[in-house]
Amino acid sequence: MPDSFKFELVSPERLLVSEDVSSVVVPGTEGDMTVMAQHAPTMTSIKPGVVTVNAAGGGAERYVVFGGFADIQPESCTLLAESAMRVDDIDRDDLTRRIQEAREDVSDAGDDDSRTKAEDYLAQLTTLEKAILPA
Amino acid sequence: MPSLKDLRNRIASVKATQKITKAMQMVAAAKLRRAQEAAEAARPYSERMATVLANIAGAVQGSDAPALMTGTGKDDTYLMVVCTAERGLCGGFNAQIARLAREHIRKLVAEGKTVKIICVGKKGYDILRRDFQSMIIDRVDLREVKQIRFTDADAIARKVIGLFEAGEFDVCRLFYSNFKSVISQVPTAQQIIPAAAEAGEAEEAAAAAQGGAIYDYEPDAGAILEDLIPRNIAVQIFRALLENAAGEMGAKMTAMDNATRNAGEMIDKLSITYNRQRQAQITKELIEIISGAEAL
Repeated sequence: MPDSFKFELVSPERLLVSEDVSSVVVPGTEGDMTVMAQHAPTMTSIKPGVVTVNAAGGGAERYVVFGGFADIQPESCTLLAESAMRVDDIDRDDLTRRIQEAREDVSDAGDDDSRTKAEDYLAQLTTLEKAILPA
Repeated sequence: MPSLKDLRNRIASVKATQKITKAMQMVAAAKLRRAQEAAEAARPYSERMATVLANIAGAVQGSDAPALMTGTGKDDTYLMVVCTAERGLCGGFNAQIARLAREHIRKLVAEGKTVKIICVGKKGYDILRRDFQSMIIDRVDLREVKQIRFTDADAIARKVIGLFEAGEFDVCRLFYSNFKSVISQVPTAQQIIPAAAEAGEAEEAAAAAQGGAIYDYEPDAGAILEDLIPRNIAVQIFRALLENAAGEMGAKMTAMDNATRNAGEMIDKLSITYNRQRQAQITKELIEIISGAEAL
C-alpha cells in the first residue's frame, strides 16, 4: 500500500502546494479529519481553520484557509480554498478585519437562518484566531 | 503652405506624442506580463473547480439541484454582465466587447425579452448607456483596483446572486474578452446562470476520466452544491476579469505600437516638407541677392 499521495492546495489566485504527502489534516465543517493515502472518495466543505500538510519526505507545513472544499480520492486530494496562506504569512490586520466583518454580518442578519450561519462563521474565525495567534 | 516655424512646432509636438505612446507601450508590456501571470495562476483553481462541480452535479440529480443550476424554468428576463476595461487607448478592445453585448441585447429585445445590464468597467458603461441607458441597473467601478483579487469578483458574484434570489432575472450572461494571445482577444459571451448545460458536458468528461467514482459527501451533496455553485459563479467572473485585464494590456500594447509607428512616419514626412521648404527659401534669397547684384 502506497504511503504517500498527491496533495494540491489551490486558491483562486494561485496554486500554493502541489506535492506528495503522507497525510493532511483538513478542517472539515463536520470536524477535522486526517487524510491519508487510500482514503475513500470524499467531498467535504471546509470551515476556516488550519491545514497541516505532512510532506512525504518529512517536515510539516501549516496553512490557514478561509472556507472551501476538499475533493479526496484514493491517490489524490485537492483542496479548493477560498483564500489560503501560510500560517507564518498571515496578516493579523486581515484576520481582524474578517472578524469585524463577520460581527457586522451577525448584527445585520435579517432572519434566523442567516444569523445562525453568520454566528457559526464568526465562531470559526475566533477559534482560528486563538489557534494561530499566541495570546 | 505652413511657415517654417509652424512646421518646426508641428514636428516637436509629434515627437513629444511619440515619446508618450512609446512609454505607454512599454508600461503596457510590463503590465501585460503581470496580468498574464495572474491569469495563468488562476487557471488551476477554475479547472479543479470544474472537475469537482462535474462530479457533484452527477450525484445530485433533478429536483434536488439548486435553482442557480437549473434556472427558474423561464427565460423572460436576461441579465447581462458586461466586463470591459476602465481605460481607453487600447484599440478596439472595449468597442468589440460592447458590440457583442449590443448584438445580444438587440436580439433579445426583438424577441420580446426583458434585458437588464450590469456594467463592470467604465468604458463599457460609457458605450452602452448611449443606447440602453434605461436597462442599466448597476455598474461596478474597478478603477481603484490595481491587481484584481478574488474578493473583487466575489463582490460582483454576490450582487448577481442576490438579484437572482430576488427573482430579478432568469438567465445571466457574462461578456468579456477571451485572451488568446497578445494580438488576438476574442469577445466572448458566456452563460453563467443557469449553469446546467455546461455542467452536463463536463460531467460526462469527468465520469469518463474517473470511472465514475462514488463519493462520500460531508455534509451532504445538496448542501455542498448549494455552497459550490455561488462560488463557481464567482470563479467564472474572476476568470473573466483576469482575461480582460490581460487582453486590455495586450490590446493597449498593440495600439500604442501602431501609434508610435504612425508618429514616426509623420515625423519623416514633416521633416521632408520642412527641409524642402528651407531649401526653397534659401534658393529664393540667393536669387534675390544675385539679381540685386546684377542690377547694379
